[in-house]
Amino acid sequence: MHPKRKKRLYLIALMVAGVGIGIGLALNAFNDNLMFFYSPSEVVAGEAPSGHPIRVGGLVTNGSVKRQENGLTVLFDVTDNAETVTVEYTGILPDLFREGQGIVARGRLDTDGVFVAEEVLAKHDENYMPPEVADALQTAHQEGVEAAAQGSATQ
Amino acid sequence: MIPELGNFALVLGLTLALVLAVFPMIGSLNNTPGWVALARPAAWGQFFFVAVAFACLVYAFLADDFSVLYVSRNGNTQLPTLYKVSAVWGAHEGSLLLWALILSSWTVAVSLFARDLPAIVMARVLSVMGMISIGFVSFLLFTSNPFDRRFPVPAEGGDLNPLLQDFGLAVHPPMLYMGYVGLSVAFSFAIAALIGGKLDAAWARWSRPWTTVAWVFLTIGITLGSWWAYYELGWGGWWFWDPVENASFMPWLAGTALIHSLAVTEKRGAFKRWTVLLSLLAFSLSLLGTFLVRSGVLTSVHSFAADPERGLFILVFLCIVIGGSLALYAWRAPDVSGGGRFDMVSRETLLLGNNLLLIVITAFILLGTLAPLVYDALGWGKISVGFPWFTTMLIIFAPFMILLMGMAPLARWKHQDAGELLRQLRIAFLVSVGAGLVAALPLLHEGWSLWVGEAVMLSVWLAATLSIGLRQRLRNRKGLAGIWRDLRLKGSGSYYGMVMAHFGIAIFVIGVTVVTLFDVEKDLRMSPGETVELAGHAFLFEGVAAHRGPNYRSDLGTVRVYKGEREVAVLKPEKRTYLVQTKPMTEAGIDAGFTRDIYVSLGEALGGGDWSLRLYYKPLVRWIWLGGIFIALGGLLAASDKRYRMAVRRRASALARGGLAAEGRS
Repeated sequence: MHPKRKKRLYLIALMVAGVGIGIGLALNAFNDNLMFFYSPSEVVAGEAPSGHPIRVGGLVTNGSVKRQENGLTVLFDVTDNAETVTVEYTGILPDLFREGQGIVARGRLDTDGVFVAEEVLAKHDENYMPPEVADALQTAHQEGVEAAAQGSATQ
Repeated sequence: MIPELGNFALVLGLTLALVLAVFPMIGSLNNTPGWVALARPAAWGQFFFVAVAFACLVYAFLADDFSVLYVSRNGNTQLPTLYKVSAVWGAHEGSLLLWALILSSWTVAVSLFARDLPAIVMARVLSVMGMISIGFVSFLLFTSNPFDRRFPVPAEGGDLNPLLQDFGLAVHPPMLYMGYVGLSVAFSFAIAALIGGKLDAAWARWSRPWTTVAWVFLTIGITLGSWWAYYELGWGGWWFWDPVENASFMPWLAGTALIHSLAVTEKRGAFKRWTVLLSLLAFSLSLLGTFLVRSGVLTSVHSFAADPERGLFILVFLCIVIGGSLALYAWRAPDVSGGGRFDMVSRETLLLGNNLLLIVITAFILLGTLAPLVYDALGWGKISVGFPWFTTMLIIFAPFMILLMGMAPLARWKHQDAGELLRQLRIAFLVSVGAGLVAALPLLHEGWSLWVGEAVMLSVWLAATLSIGLRQRLRNRKGLAGIWRDLRLKGSGSYYGMVMAHFGIAIFVIGVTVVTLFDVEKDLRMSPGETVELAGHAFLFEGVAAHRGPNYRSDLGTVRVYKGEREVAVLKPEKRTYLVQTKPMTEAGIDAGFTRDIYVSLGEALGGGDWSLRLYYKPLVRWIWLGGIFIALGGLLAASDKRYRMAVRRRASALARGGLAAEGRS
């Protein structure tokens, strides 16, 4: 092979190898950073892993927001109208956080089934429903209807 | 009456876009000079009518014409005049009209300022822009007409989203759109060149200043958006890897690759096919961004409407544009002759390496942005890609990019002796490693000292290599006066523009690293009169009082910041409730400075006069946007290079004669 060609081949091989390693690293990190969304029903059914970062969303249950006396820790329940999960968050809630509002929280499930949130998101539009939450409500509603139908069939 | 006029003008605009898209193109293919000559008047007519439509919508907002559905949703009699105007692009329909207006403005600009283009090339470029315009104007007319009426007419409008009632956001979308749409010029030049089969240095020279200007606007738009998010969203972040931010960042990265690749094509005649492909890619990514934002398929603070009809329209349009242009590329590109040869160690190779890295990063951001859609569509669950991943990815690739960035400007075109390059770089290498160590050593007990060292090293590396280049250039040209003469007479704007923009990157890297690693944040509960220490400053909370603005009520807090005995700043963080759309809004109190920002925002009232507060100390955060400003100014300097105009004039007149004759034969 012509020496110049050979050199060029080495260079290309080097570039491909370098970029390949970078891509490998990035893809590896990609899998670790995927956060799955779980509805309260799925959390209660034990489908959500505990200790791994996930997202949970639903409507904030009316009257469930409890604030710690001397600090910034808040407890509240989110529901998909079938099941309920308690969320604990320390910090400042977003402007649009309200009871009855659809929210998504990012954090980890602790061993007692309480969801410890690092971040709570409420959309900057009061009529907006996060699509995950809308889906979760829809699924829970359907399952409820089906369960009721089955219940009445067996009676 | 006025809205009907606007609607009618828009229909006429569409008609002229059709004329522009069809006749000049056909005329250029079968050599009918009369049809070719239609391009300019059609472009101007199109611009005129779209501008009339836009003016009608502005008028409707200023006159509070709530019989127009769009105005009744986004306008309000109480809005300050500035925001009545910016409300025009505050939601879906109007922002698309702005898109169309900017597209037709770019079209007119090309027809005016690229007068030296051969008539046939000009006709094709304008014609391709007309085709894009058809897509957008018909999208407006058929799925999202801003002039739709409503009945009964409400007495008061629904008001502009309070988040958007802000100067930064009044100018952010137009800037960003100027950039997005400006890339359509590079796209059209590339398509025209593919059709003509002539991809040469002249084509790259025509395309270069336009691409650079579009890229400058994109840079300004992104910088403004980041600055706005920082002070308006109330939690001190400046970049969120939100899908819509990614949608603007991807065309920027592709555009960055493109302006560098265009340089090679212009100077050396190499990378021709790659440059064309990048031109297509950059604009396709702009369209994809628009699709992601406007169709509402991705959850984001920016998405306006989730309307499947609109989403489908843009998706089909996107497929036509991307599919069509790639098909044309596949058909014509093999005929393009290979460009200038170059050796393994040469400026071409270094630029190619950086192009590769830029595209890899773009691909990864695309992956992270689209992955949630793919997972959802395939039923694999609902995911989101975490913030840290995007950051990790940049940390993997960016250092190599900066390393190459330092070397490329010092390397020679075509062939560079490796030993000579290394000798030149030796000082820069020593200085930057030394600076990195000096920065990292005092922090060695902290886990992240490595990152600080690395960032300082990279920035100093950039600054040092730029200085070496400058020194070599100015060795025979007496100092600053030499620079001035260079700029005025020689047309070396593109060189000094490069220096400035690369220096901006160095500033940016320092800013990002320092603010990411050293910012101090505290969320806490404070009672009036209470003092808290943070980052060597004492924050005295004086309580919150009721306040009344032009169209909102607010709780206005007062926080005094002391350093030692000296009062540094009095901050007034605010919690606003707008009278119409009653959502609460946080306005942060910020004391901005070159070396640090002090940032306070109000959380919520906790009873008894207590409030939750968020206090930040953000060192060097301004450097992030300062870097952005340098990059944009560098781009402007490069685009203003006299060389383009002088050389274009000379070449083009020669080409106009030769080009037409050649076209006639083929």
